[in-house]
Amino acid sequence: MKRIYVNEDWCLGCRLCEYYCAFAATDQKDMARALKGRKIIPNINIEEKDGISFAVNCRHCEEPLCKKACITGAISIADGVITIEKEKCVSCYTCILSCPYGAVSPSESGAVQKCELCENSPACVNGCPNGAIIFSEKEAAV
Amino acid sequence: MNFIYPDYEIVRNPNKCITCRVCERQCANEAHEFLQEENTMTADDAKCVNCHRCVALCPTRALKITESGNTYKQNANWSGKTINEIYRQAGSGGVLLSSMGNPENYPVYFDKILLNASQVTNPSIDPLREPMETKVHLGARPTNIERDQNGHIVNNLPPRISLSMPVMFSAMSYGSISYNAHESMARASAELGIMYNTGEGGLHKNLYKYGENTVVQVASGRFGVHPEYLNSGSAIEIKMGQGAKPGIGGHLPGAKIVGDISRTRMIPEGTDAISPAPHHDIYSIEDLRQLVFSLKEATDYTKPVIVKIAAVHNVAAIASGIARSGADIIAIDGFRGGTGAAPTRMRDHVGIPIELALACVDQRLRDEGIRDNVSLIVGGSIRSSADIVKAVALGADCCYIGSAVLLAFGCHLCRSCHGGKCNWGIATQVPHLVKRLNPEIAHKRLINLMNAWKHEIKEMMGGMGINSIESLKGNRLMLRGVGLNSNELEILGIKHAGE
Repeated sequence: MKRIYVNEDWCLGCRLCEYYCAFAATDQKDMARALKGRKIIPNINIEEKDGISFAVNCRHCEEPLCKKACITGAISIADGVITIEKEKCVSCYTCILSCPYGAVSPSESGAVQKCELCENSPACVNGCPNGAIIFSEKEAAV
Repeated sequence: MNFIYPDYEIVRNPNKCITCRVCERQCANEAHEFLQEENTMTADDAKCVNCHRCVALCPTRALKITESGNTYKQNANWSGKTINEIYRQAGSGGVLLSSMGNPENYPVYFDKILLNASQVTNPSIDPLREPMETKVHLGARPTNIERDQNGHIVNNLPPRISLSMPVMFSAMSYGSISYNAHESMARASAELGIMYNTGEGGLHKNLYKYGENTVVQVASGRFGVHPEYLNSGSAIEIKMGQGAKPGIGGHLPGAKIVGDISRTRMIPEGTDAISPAPHHDIYSIEDLRQLVFSLKEATDYTKPVIVKIAAVHNVAAIASGIARSGADIIAIDGFRGGTGAAPTRMRDHVGIPIELALACVDQRLRDEGIRDNVSLIVGGSIRSSADIVKAVALGADCCYIGSAVLLAFGCHLCRSCHGGKCNWGIATQVPHLVKRLNPEIAHKRLINLMNAWKHEIKEMMGGMGINSIESLKGNRLMLRGVGLNSNELEILGIKHAGE
């Protein structure tokens, strides 16, 4: 299955991935109109310290702890992609507590949100200016 | 008091800016700033070098850079630029420094030369349907055919280099540009079947594996030169001069001599790398001959030796001497050639255009019957495939490109290389800036550029009815001048359009 991998050697910490991610979650055509004046809640987040930076997002685990933790069955897995049915989410945030990568977060509506791979064309990958985020079958390809 | 008003203005469209702060994070000059309380961005125009990193990365195209438009009282003699230079020097007492090629308004002869094409009486060739040869071989050419007792031809070819197209990436040292830039050139050369030049800073151990596609340079500072280095490449270049700064040496500040650069150059960390103006062991063609043969001896006569000189007034006579020195290839660098740092006055006022230098050198070597002693490489602002075709028709065997390579990597010709804070990760050694140039991306862009040029070269050759680049070499009948006086036409050895 294709996953998103990040190579910290090439991550510049520019945070464009965060903005392209947040933009992809809207259904607008123009990024300025979509994100102007809004505080974004991206599903990919840059972590940085001491000059090293890299993006973190959902690993799409084979045995996802978030799915195990979900009390309403809102989290499901299909073809390896872990998705959330927002209608079923009761905002108990147990998934947020159980995800070891911090890849699940509360959305503006209260239901949780996470990376769902943009229907196999991740906006963060397409928007990364330095090829630091790639979408591939194997991590070795980074 | 600061006399100088910023040359450029950072224009931000507040309706488009989403305060993502990418511009702020990406500007090594710290021109952009986020105002927390007002939740807006602001910019200090005085810090902007107009490198366009922020413009290129702004996700909403909220940014552009324009000329600030501030003007002094109009004066045809004292331009704003000249006035500012005086203010700058009166303030600092220092020599003005510049980078990249001469930007001043001198004639560009390539732009005053037009190519021929076939019509009716001679067939043009469609390169998409018929074979088209762009391969070139550089080195001395034997003047006689030797046969053994049985009449078989004896291979008496001197050492040579073969290139899939008449282009090489010119000398830019590891130190003046980043490791990632070097790796990108090395990988692109290997894939394209052409060569790149190490410049005078030695060769990083990791890049020895691309030796087949490497020209190793020996310059006046002799940095990083040792037997293994000389034997690692396919050709050796002696750098006598550089088009951007003929007659002077180089100076890489100690701040850039860090880690691997210090190891590769074989000098202590933090020491300035000073290349003397002359080679202190070369004061004549005879001395040059000694170095040429020392290098040949060191490499067992297996590699051609290139001698690179800047295009200066006496270039034809100098080239004639070099052609008799035992060198296999002469490289001539025109006055528009780039640099990582040069005194402004040297860059802008010394040397001659490469088109004229090439034409007069090729003619001189032909007149003296020694053209086959050497191949000719020309550089110093080869900007397009058309420039290459014109240079070949004027007599060049091959072209060096440098600035075009850097542009392919992302360089925006802001000409601030000497500041060492290249926002594109090219002319810098600051680790967080160097990583901005990912060789995986950069080498592919360079390959794309070269493949595009190769297609264009074939189209232009086909139009002229020529199917091999070797048949175009020195074929000045394929060229016509426009707007050139008779003296210029005579030097270029071409007719005026209409003749």
